[in-house]
Amino acid sequence: MSRWRALVLALFAPAILAQSEPRLVPDVSDRNIEIHYSFAGAELLLFGAIVYPGGRPPEGRTDVAVVLKGPLERIVLREKQKVAGIWMNVGRVRFRSAPSYYAVASSRPLAQLIDERTAAIYELGLDNLQLSPGGGARPEVLRRFEHGLLDLKIRSGLYAEYPRGVEISEGVLYRARIAIPARVPVGTYTAETFLIRNGRVIAGAAREIRIEKLGFEGFVAEAAERWSLAYGIAAVAVSLLLGWGASAAFRRRYG
Amino acid sequence: MDIYLPIAGLSVNALVIVGLGGLVGLLTGMVGVGGGFLTTPILIFYGIPPPVAVASATTQITGTSISGLLAHRRRRGVDARMGAVIIVGGVAGSIVGGLLFRLLQNMGQIDTVISILYVLLLGSIGIIMAKEAATALEMIPRSKRKAERPARRHNPLIAALPFRWRFYRSGLYISPLAPLGLGFISGLLTVLLGIGGGFIMVPAMIYLLGMSAQVVVGTSLLQILFVTAATTMVHATTTRSVDIVLAVLLLIGSVVGAQYGAWLAQRMKPELLRMILAIVVLGVAFRMALQLGWRPEEIYTVQML
Repeated sequence: MSRWRALVLALFAPAILAQSEPRLVPDVSDRNIEIHYSFAGAELLLFGAIVYPGGRPPEGRTDVAVVLKGPLERIVLREKQKVAGIWMNVGRVRFRSAPSYYAVASSRPLAQLIDERTAAIYELGLDNLQLSPGGGARPEVLRRFEHGLLDLKIRSGLYAEYPRGVEISEGVLYRARIAIPARVPVGTYTAETFLIRNGRVIAGAAREIRIEKLGFEGFVAEAAERWSLAYGIAAVAVSLLLGWGASAAFRRRYG
Repeated sequence: MDIYLPIAGLSVNALVIVGLGGLVGLLTGMVGVGGGFLTTPILIFYGIPPPVAVASATTQITGTSISGLLAHRRRRGVDARMGAVIIVGGVAGSIVGGLLFRLLQNMGQIDTVISILYVLLLGSIGIIMAKEAATALEMIPRSKRKAERPARRHNPLIAALPFRWRFYRSGLYISPLAPLGLGFISGLLTVLLGIGGGFIMVPAMIYLLGMSAQVVVGTSLLQILFVTAATTMVHATTTRSVDIVLAVLLLIGSVVGAQYGAWLAQRMKPELLRMILAIVVLGVAFRMALQLGWRPEEIYTVQML
């Protein structure tokens, strides 16, 4: 049995069996995050081990970067300008693949770890997100909008960089804490870990995390989307009942 | 006490929302207006997305109007026939309004349109009310010209419309087209602004249609009840921005507040109450106008596709 597994591993992942490159064994503190009625945000602990061939870390410095990414969204970003004394939406740019959530933590600032090309390939860092903007806008306008989007998302806690957010102990265990704000969108998130040495990504591993609205809140959100007619009737019925009930209750008390 | 609003997608302090509902309810009980024109802007200031604020305030108004309506029905202060005509217009208006809302949302102009409409509407109504209340309180002298002119029962434009019907309770023999059109406008405003429209309908019913005063408030409540219910349905099925949790929190506050408001109203001068309302209305209009002209906190906004 283990021989078969070794064979499969040898076929699909020669790097691992070749024993020349290290391997990552990642894990997260929560595979499922549930949004409850008092969800005030969560903190996710991403941790794992670096398994070196021969069991001991080589000379020199090895760094770790951890990326937590939410589902991609198609969005329109609008920009307000003052028109005749009123601030209103004037410009807009479509982005076809803006991550709903993006956080990167690394053991050293990313600029010290990898060059720009490598960072762009692995989408490491907020400046390297592939947002896929719709055509038509001039590059400088596009840059302004991209900057606006990043700024907006950073301030709402949905995009974050932790330049020294990964702790490596004994050269083999790493861990990073990443904050998840309350307004985080639901869906399947991926947590990717990269092992970086001498400006190169030498190993990577990914884990999935589900963030769900559960219980009453999840039911309400789902009902509003799926059974919108019944949801509307329920909303009207509840408000009629409350209004009628309160007036009946008060009339009895005050005669 | 933080509560997560599933449609608005954010956590709010439940006590703040209930308190806001209570404050608006107090005003409702004191002066007999629905208070949607206060709830929606305050929710927007608090950070609720404008579409959710508008839709959920509408749902709340359905609840607050029912108790008032029941009281008026007992006093036979409802013209059901007139109400039915206005409701038909109102439902049509809310459906058209729903389409308009969706269109403006896709154009990215819904927030601006909501704010401008609020400033215009609240500004003009606030000024009229303040002037009227100040006259009644004898803060400013009564204008003589108005008193000398004989009061016209019917607006000539409305009297000229064809197909006249008899509305016995209202004491009217007019074309149903006039209340139909009035209902349409109020339905449109209900969808766009999240207001019941009582503070527009009541003066319009008195001065434009010439309805007898005893049935005006009850009939207006009847139409508010149906039009806000229809509008909730329109929002639920088109914009999907009715937050039932938000509406319930607001209702808990407002139904209780309304009872104390009614109790307070019996112990205060009505002119003073109207003056208070006028000041509140002008304050909200001023705050909305400031928001339009001030550099907004967020230059960029995201809309999902």
